[in-house]
Amino acid sequence: MNRRDALSRVALILGGTVVGAHVFLEGCNPAEKKAATPGTFSDSDIAYLDEIADTIIPTTNTPGAKAAKVGAFMTVMVNDCYDEKDQKVFFDGMKQLDEACNKQFGKSFMDVDATQRKTLLTEIDKEAKDYMAKKKPEDSKHYFRLMKELTLLGYFTSEIGATQALRYIAVPGKYEGCIPYKKGDRAWAT
Amino acid sequence: MPNDSTNINNKALAQNTYDAIVVGSGISGGWAAKELCEKGLKTLVLERGRNVVHVKDYTGTTLDPWELKHHGNRTQEDRKNSPIQSKCYAFNEVSKHFFVNDVENPYNQVKPFDWIRGYHVGGRSLTWGRQCYRWSDVDFEANAKDGHGADWPIRYKDIAPWYDYVEPFVGISGSLEGLPQLPDGKFLPPMEMNCLEKHVAERIAKEFSDGRRMIIGRSANHTQRVGDRGPCMYRNKCHEGCPFGGYFSSNSATIPAAMKTGNLTLRPFSIVSEVIYDKESKRAKGIRIIDAETMKTEEFFAKIIFLNASTLGTAFILLNSTSDAFPNGLGNGSEQVGHNLMDHHYGVGASGSYDGFQDQYIYGRRPNGIYIPRFRNINAKTKRSDYVRGFGYQGGASRGRARTAEGVGEELKNQLLEPGNWGMGIGSWGEHLPYYENKATLNKDKKDKWGLPTLDIDCEFKENEMAMRKDMMNSAAEMLEKAGLKNVSTYDSMPAPGFCIHEMGTARMGRDPKTSVLNGFNQMHEVKNVFITDGACMSSSACQNPSITYMALTARAADYAVTELKKMNI
Repeated sequence: MNRRDALSRVALILGGTVVGAHVFLEGCNPAEKKAATPGTFSDSDIAYLDEIADTIIPTTNTPGAKAAKVGAFMTVMVNDCYDEKDQKVFFDGMKQLDEACNKQFGKSFMDVDATQRKTLLTEIDKEAKDYMAKKKPEDSKHYFRLMKELTLLGYFTSEIGATQALRYIAVPGKYEGCIPYKKGDRAWAT
Repeated sequence: MPNDSTNINNKALAQNTYDAIVVGSGISGGWAAKELCEKGLKTLVLERGRNVVHVKDYTGTTLDPWELKHHGNRTQEDRKNSPIQSKCYAFNEVSKHFFVNDVENPYNQVKPFDWIRGYHVGGRSLTWGRQCYRWSDVDFEANAKDGHGADWPIRYKDIAPWYDYVEPFVGISGSLEGLPQLPDGKFLPPMEMNCLEKHVAERIAKEFSDGRRMIIGRSANHTQRVGDRGPCMYRNKCHEGCPFGGYFSSNSATIPAAMKTGNLTLRPFSIVSEVIYDKESKRAKGIRIIDAETMKTEEFFAKIIFLNASTLGTAFILLNSTSDAFPNGLGNGSEQVGHNLMDHHYGVGASGSYDGFQDQYIYGRRPNGIYIPRFRNINAKTKRSDYVRGFGYQGGASRGRARTAEGVGEELKNQLLEPGNWGMGIGSWGEHLPYYENKATLNKDKKDKWGLPTLDIDCEFKENEMAMRKDMMNSAAEMLEKAGLKNVSTYDSMPAPGFCIHEMGTARMGRDPKTSVLNGFNQMHEVKNVFITDGACMSSSACQNPSITYMALTARAADYAVTELKKMNI
């Protein structure tokens, strides 16, 4: 119908919506070591996902993903927007991530410190990247790819992410195609 | 009480009789209603879906992303209820109430065909892409010149005054370019190109000797106030309905204008099952509907009937209106009704990135892009040997975020906060030839929930379109590369017919009643008081977005119909 497809492709190559828009998977449940099913995320699951998200997007001079309630957003998206296959990858991934943490640090993800969390997730991020590069089209996505996508999507479309980390104007009122930009100016959220 | 039933019938007849009936309230039905009402005809508009009142019923569009449960995204339930509609770019958490439930509105895909639509007052005029491009004689002469389809019974000179007439009311922003294949219109001030678009436009004009141009899109977004509408606020959320009236829709413009005359009766929830034909007078007598809320059948009567139910909706009504005189459907002596179904073929193009303009950015969200008018087969110099007709491009440049999304933590976050490189994408829209065998027919074995037959849709792109697509893709890459973009990559997602949402051609205009359904004034050859001015009337598809042509044809046909009515010819 129109030019929007072309525009979204631009965003795609630029990375603007690379991690976000139409993505979908599935999940699990670590603390209790029992596999969660859609709609059964517990408060402790949300707390755990908040910590994962906050390790990906921490508080700096602006609040991070936990403050933006990204953990709860992830559960809504997994429950409502992911298909069953992706839901399972996500749920199993919650367990796998905690197991990886136990293996490396002898403790659950909730019990290790921020430095250890970052070390762990940096490695899993590399593992996910390698997996995604090698996987066949029909293979599932890597669970951490899903978590990261949802974190970035949730954070940058949250009020904190859009208005504090980025810039957001609900009603711009005009269009200017060429305005001066200086390094350090924040990007527009939308 | 022997006379009761007669009395009741007479009363019902009087109550249900109008000067004109318009079936459908989308972009062409809205125009038919406005024109007929303003010419003094008591007009009934029948709309199969619910009412949507301008501004009041655009629920959710003022919410910020974080106020929406899924931040705007589609859910599994959306995909289940509307597996076809939910694929549309314009379908989101807010706009989804302007798309049909596919489960409740079935049709049968003999070959893959995505029928994207909304059943409510305003129809797809609420969710349309708003691009408005005049046709030229390159388009109106095409069938006669290369022999595909039936010759258009009109030429540019016939429709030009009507483009002139509708454009100022629609409120189209655009630039005057003087291109013979894409005539200028009566435009509001154009929107601005951004830095990269300006650069690419200059390079294309320099690099190509065939007169190729890149211009700003001509869009029914109002860069200035139009009556009580607008101006555009650059939110780029048009398909959710605009609380500022920043773009043209039936709801914002034509229906309020019709309402203002006092001559309009708008009847939502009215599913038209057939046109009632009177053998004696050889005229359509009225319309039979099923009330979608009560499931009751009702009849309405008028001197003039405009069918604006959409290309496939109108085909359905004609095919379902059978009588002794027209056993194969109303006015279907030509056997062309339902045939020659076209769309545009699109979803093919190229994109690339650009290293410069790091000190430049954008303010606002322009609901419009650029346009590259057709440059193939428009004259002897541009003639191709591998296909007939042509294509245009739409697209745009932008400066996205994030160069990469690797790693986790502060470094990742920081690099996601600033704009990345500029990039540009262009995608092509190509002409689809009219093929008799591309068609919609009635399936009487599969009924919908109102007990009406469903449509079998059997439509495909063929060799000419496929040959054209290669050029569409390669020319896109060539232009971007010559304009200095890097990392240029091509794509061809080959969407099924229908997905471009430009379906046309099931009751074509033509000079000969033996091979066409409508004459040069959109009047049925065989039923003189029935006019069809939606996409069904189109004899070819050209490559321009078609809505503005439907609007011009509708205003022209309404003028003719009322003149004929006054002359007692109808």
